[in-house]
Amino acid sequence: MDYTATQGGFRQRKLQPNMRLRNSSVDGSDGSQLFEDTSGVGSQGGAYMNPQAGPQAAGFPGQALLSDPMSNLAMAYGSSLASQGREMVDKNLDRFIPISKLKYYFAVDTVYVGKKLGLLVFPYMHENWEVSYQQDTPVAPRFDVNAPDLYIPAMGFITYILVAGLALGTQNRFSPELLGVQASSAFVWLIMEVLAVLLSLYLVTVNTDLTTIDLVAFSGYKYVGMIVGVVAGLLFGRPAYYLSLLWCCVAIFVFMIRTLRLKLLSEAAAEGRLVRGARNQLRMYLTMSIAAAQPIFMYWLTYHLIR
Amino acid sequence: MAFTLYSLIQAAILCVNAVAVLHEERFLSKIGWGVDQSVGGFGDEPGIKVQMMNLIRSVRTVMRVPLIAVNSVCIVLLLLFG
Repeated sequence: MDYTATQGGFRQRKLQPNMRLRNSSVDGSDGSQLFEDTSGVGSQGGAYMNPQAGPQAAGFPGQALLSDPMSNLAMAYGSSLASQGREMVDKNLDRFIPISKLKYYFAVDTVYVGKKLGLLVFPYMHENWEVSYQQDTPVAPRFDVNAPDLYIPAMGFITYILVAGLALGTQNRFSPELLGVQASSAFVWLIMEVLAVLLSLYLVTVNTDLTTIDLVAFSGYKYVGMIVGVVAGLLFGRPAYYLSLLWCCVAIFVFMIRTLRLKLLSEAAAEGRLVRGARNQLRMYLTMSIAAAQPIFMYWLTYHLIR
Repeated sequence: MAFTLYSLIQAAILCVNAVAVLHEERFLSKIGWGVDQSVGGFGDEPGIKVQMMNLIRSVRTVMRVPLIAVNSVCIVLLLLFG
């Protein structure tokens, strides 16, 4: 596939709405493997290891164990068992955690991360918020700055825990268990938020192609603002914390509204025309409340770090 | 504030148990949330109340049997480890 860097190369709207379907067609590697197998040894059978070990083993009396045919057999059997086990794990893991779909969310590069971080703290100048599609599958985040990814939320979460540990350390309240407590607290709040959003999306019967992983990604973008606020508070004191947190809260609010508006509202309402009707009003309230929950969580998860 | 994943699991089990004990005849029909009252028109969207009723009914149907197992495990663990 030949991707052009301009937005004009991709279609902006989907031909048919995909209900919670996302498959990755961006990389040609085997989707069932977690990582590419770059060692030449594991992919061949166990029998190939022995011809190399054989001639060398004959010269070393201590290596007599390797030339024993019984241990050759055992080694071959063991390695075939290992490869069978790995296949079974790959097959079953793909059933529970969609690895190939997850790979789409990590297809990022430095330029994308830079632009996205800039969008998260200053979303006011960006005009085109639509996600580009290529023949009904969303384009990888590498090529479209509006696509959600999981790299920034994951890194943001880890950085938030580290910064929380740093903040607690400067107040002499640190102990290593507190890192685990902070991590599990933030994780639980994330899960509860995603579940609440899923429940409200179900109740309002919004026909959208937002997947669960998309919602996790959107909920994870607030960690960037939290980190900025806490670091500013550590460097410059409480007024700086409140100022930078306020700035990041407003920025995340605008970002979420502009992103979710295109996904949740109907076409006409998304373009800004006033559409009457209880259904659109309910969807607008839903978008507003999802966006308003972000600053609340941002304050809730950071206020105890700055004393 | 000190939430752990274990407390989330406990809260989830308690919530699902709470939904599972809502009796169809004795309670839900009395307050107008029974199954027979959820057949709405064939409009394009069902509305929040119908969605809630469907959700409650499906949770009760699906989670009956797994809840027996999960509750038994929980009881045994609590008895053993407090």
